[in-house]
Amino acid sequence: MFTSQIFASILPEILILVLGVLILIFEPFWKEDQRRNAGWLTAGGLLLSMVISLLFGRPGEPVAVLGGMIRFDWLGFFLKMLFMFAGAATALLLMDHERAGKRGEAYVLLLASLMGMNLMAASSDLVMLYLSIETASIPIYILAGFILNDERSTEAGFKYLLYGTLASTIMLYGFSLVFGFSGTTSLDDIAVKLTSGTISPLIAFGIVLLVMVGLGFKVSIVPFHFWAPDVYQGAPTPVAGYLSTASKAAGFAVILRLFFVAFPDFSGIWTMILAVLAAVSMTVGNLLALPQTNIKRLLAYSSISHAGYAMIGVVAFNQLGAASVVFYLAAYIATNLLAFGIVMAYSRITGLEEISDYAGLSRRNPLLGLMMLAAFLSLAGMPPFGGFVAKVFVFAAGVQTGYTWLVIVGIINSIIGVYYYLNVLKFVYLYRMPDQDEEQHLVPLTQPYTIALVILVIGVIVLGTLFGPFYNWSDAGALNLF
Amino acid sequence: MNFPILSVITFLPFAAGMLILMMPANRKNETRAVALAAAVIDLLLSAWVYLQYLLSDMRGYQFIEKYEWLNIFPIHIELHFGVDGMSAPLVLLTGIVMFTGVLISWGDDDKHVMAGIQDRPREFFAFLFLLAGGVFGVFVSLDLFMLFFFYEIAVFPMYLLIAIWGWVKTREYAAMKLTLYLFIGSVVALVGALAMYWTQYQNTGVLSFDMLKMEGAGFSPEFQALWFLPVFLGFAVLGGIWPFHNWSPDGHVAAPTAVSMFHAGVLMKLGAFAALRVGVMLLPEGAKQWSWLIMLFAGVAVVYGAYIAFVQTDLKYMIGFSSVSHMGLVMLGISTLNTTGLTGAGVQMFSHGVMTALFFAVTGMIYDRAHTRMIPELGGMAKIMPFATIGFIIGGLVSMGMPGFSGFVAEFPIFMGVWEEQWLVAVICSISIIITAAYIMINIRKVFFSPMPENLEGHVGDITVLDKIAVATLCLFMVIIGVFPSVMVPMVSTGVENIMRLLGGA
Repeated sequence: MFTSQIFASILPEILILVLGVLILIFEPFWKEDQRRNAGWLTAGGLLLSMVISLLFGRPGEPVAVLGGMIRFDWLGFFLKMLFMFAGAATALLLMDHERAGKRGEAYVLLLASLMGMNLMAASSDLVMLYLSIETASIPIYILAGFILNDERSTEAGFKYLLYGTLASTIMLYGFSLVFGFSGTTSLDDIAVKLTSGTISPLIAFGIVLLVMVGLGFKVSIVPFHFWAPDVYQGAPTPVAGYLSTASKAAGFAVILRLFFVAFPDFSGIWTMILAVLAAVSMTVGNLLALPQTNIKRLLAYSSISHAGYAMIGVVAFNQLGAASVVFYLAAYIATNLLAFGIVMAYSRITGLEEISDYAGLSRRNPLLGLMMLAAFLSLAGMPPFGGFVAKVFVFAAGVQTGYTWLVIVGIINSIIGVYYYLNVLKFVYLYRMPDQDEEQHLVPLTQPYTIALVILVIGVIVLGTLFGPFYNWSDAGALNLF
Repeated sequence: MNFPILSVITFLPFAAGMLILMMPANRKNETRAVALAAAVIDLLLSAWVYLQYLLSDMRGYQFIEKYEWLNIFPIHIELHFGVDGMSAPLVLLTGIVMFTGVLISWGDDDKHVMAGIQDRPREFFAFLFLLAGGVFGVFVSLDLFMLFFFYEIAVFPMYLLIAIWGWVKTREYAAMKLTLYLFIGSVVALVGALAMYWTQYQNTGVLSFDMLKMEGAGFSPEFQALWFLPVFLGFAVLGGIWPFHNWSPDGHVAAPTAVSMFHAGVLMKLGAFAALRVGVMLLPEGAKQWSWLIMLFAGVAVVYGAYIAFVQTDLKYMIGFSSVSHMGLVMLGISTLNTTGLTGAGVQMFSHGVMTALFFAVTGMIYDRAHTRMIPELGGMAKIMPFATIGFIIGGLVSMGMPGFSGFVAEFPIFMGVWEEQWLVAVICSISIIITAAYIMINIRKVFFSPMPENLEGHVGDITVLDKIAVATLCLFMVIIGVFPSVMVPMVSTGVENIMRLLGGA
């Protein structure tokens, strides 16, 4: 029976689907130079879908719908809103991409992966989880390799595809073991059937490892991070931004659901594994970010380390931990999209992506310089930007559950982070363009960039100051896990 | 409801900074005018707070403002503002330094002088105000989370201010060193703060970052002994405590004048104040156990800082190390944990803030005009800039602890307090007074009264009217407190009573 509740639970996905079909229908009729308008349509449509979902698709008490495939709760809903916001921003950033922005397929693929991510955030069944992960991944494989005659982009697409399929196959093997031992694919039933009495810790350990290969790949946590720098560097910049934010956040959504809901009985085992992964990821990510000279590779390694910080909240395995992860994801999505958006806006005009090419940016476009300041200070975890509050929350969760050593590792790493983030700002603010007058080399922003970046920068500041409501929603979501 | 004066004081600089950023880049004078207007309003408001507190019965925390910021289990953050006898003078100090800092940075459009901030003043004032807002926030916050929030806001603009507008030769190195030192200190203290939050919850079931509640959290002596040093030293790094003072003179030297004034005048107090408020007041047992170590560190800073200042040939390095020495006195006062010493420390924070801001202001004026800060290359400034000379001499007298000036009112109780605890330390540290007197007098003679070197003849002009106003303002406060200690000492001692109550004495 198709009740209104079922309809409401997948309302955002239905709207995204409609939007994608609309673009597919209209795009062939547009002239070449009008096709970039598909970006306006995507972004506007997504924002409208968010409004409609907020009005008609809000969850009440958490329920399982569609035969237990999907859970309709605040956690899924809040994350869906975040993903759709990220998708809208990505669409705006994509519009003026020289080679991808005028092709309607790019937006349709974006929407398709967005639908997959939305379902990832809501799935409560292993089958549905796997399907949604693949739905989210396959369009991004194509998007990463979207620029056909560019070697790096092709390499990025191919690399992401190879790593991605390998990782998800291994994860599927883990899922099959879970099914084999429990006889069910529903996350709630697994929690009941798969207890410490029924399987040995060794097997549980193996299952967690296998599953983490796939999910670790999605969130690009060490040692499953090798694809990230190459893919970020090669993929069209907005796609890289999308990959590093929405895609990573969707991975965390699955991690939260899977481990908190299905494996609470083995928390001793998986918190141990995740704590080690978090510590290694923060350290390796930050240390490898230090020698980078390409801004996109720097952001790639920084995003690896941020996966580690967020993981502290998962390791804490309590309400504050889960809420802090969700809040961290919100702050991180806004911040990192802002960073990638600026990189995109700058390289569109200059065609340059080395950190040293950013010399004199604050004179060439003061607004862009300030926004870069906000983005990088937020990444470094400085107030009044979202990154600070998010970090304090995950650290608080870590200290609360006695993972003080992990928090100390995190703190040492944020000090390393401050160093290389400030190093970038040094180029932006301190250095001048060699032998040239900056006044003659302005970096103008087109309308979509201005809109997207200003909204994102406001988001970063709001998340860092008036964080009350956002934490409230994160917490409401976290409550659904227990 | 009362007028939320502390919120206005704290958030006005942020608002002014945003406004300044939105102004067109080429309207430099309008930018400066907006900055000055905001600074004047903040100075008047902070003076109003100070006077109100002074004229009231001077008890406890006043001008309390409390707003729920986030109260969702298990996080409880409030925007809780209030001042006591310890923080009210520091709020006033920040207002003074902000006002004079803007005046000094106004600049002189004479191409020959190139004083003040000529390159991108819009961004400069915006970042400076971000810093100022953060500093106000720390002094008035009674909520530990908010204290950290503002503390970090006060730290990172320093990087930009020094790196962008600083002295070309060392600015990158100094700015990065400073930021990393301070950031390490603050995050170490942050872990301690989080540990305190959860331990309070375990002990009393109260979830709150409110420091007034944390005072009664019943931390065990073992807990306090463990966490006192990370928390106290984490903040004291910003107070320039030996052996973590290394960032400070480098930062002073590299920073532009107004930022040096802020840095030495206010930021270092931020460290000492936060160390006192979070370290000593929330972990009093830990403070008692470790006070010997703090006293040792502070004592070394006092004597060693003075000696290093004595051998400097760069005027800014000299003042930078004299700041280490004088902030060592503040730490020394705190480490006594008795009423006399703490009162001295409180007054010294204000006195040193004004004095060192004056020193840096005058040094900046000299450098902008003579293009050198090397003491052997300077001379005869008294003829050219008599007003600045008088200011520098008054600052020197304060620095030496001459009676009649604020330095005496501050240093005398500190030494008394130390004598009560450890007379030997007091004797050793008093050597610093002699060294200070020596380097101050030698340098005043050389820089201001020796014959002017030939290469400077005719190139150096007098300071502007705005500069004179700044110098006069700063001198005024030092003399007033020196002559009428009763305008500050009783107020600080009420703040100290509060601390002594927590320490279980008095």
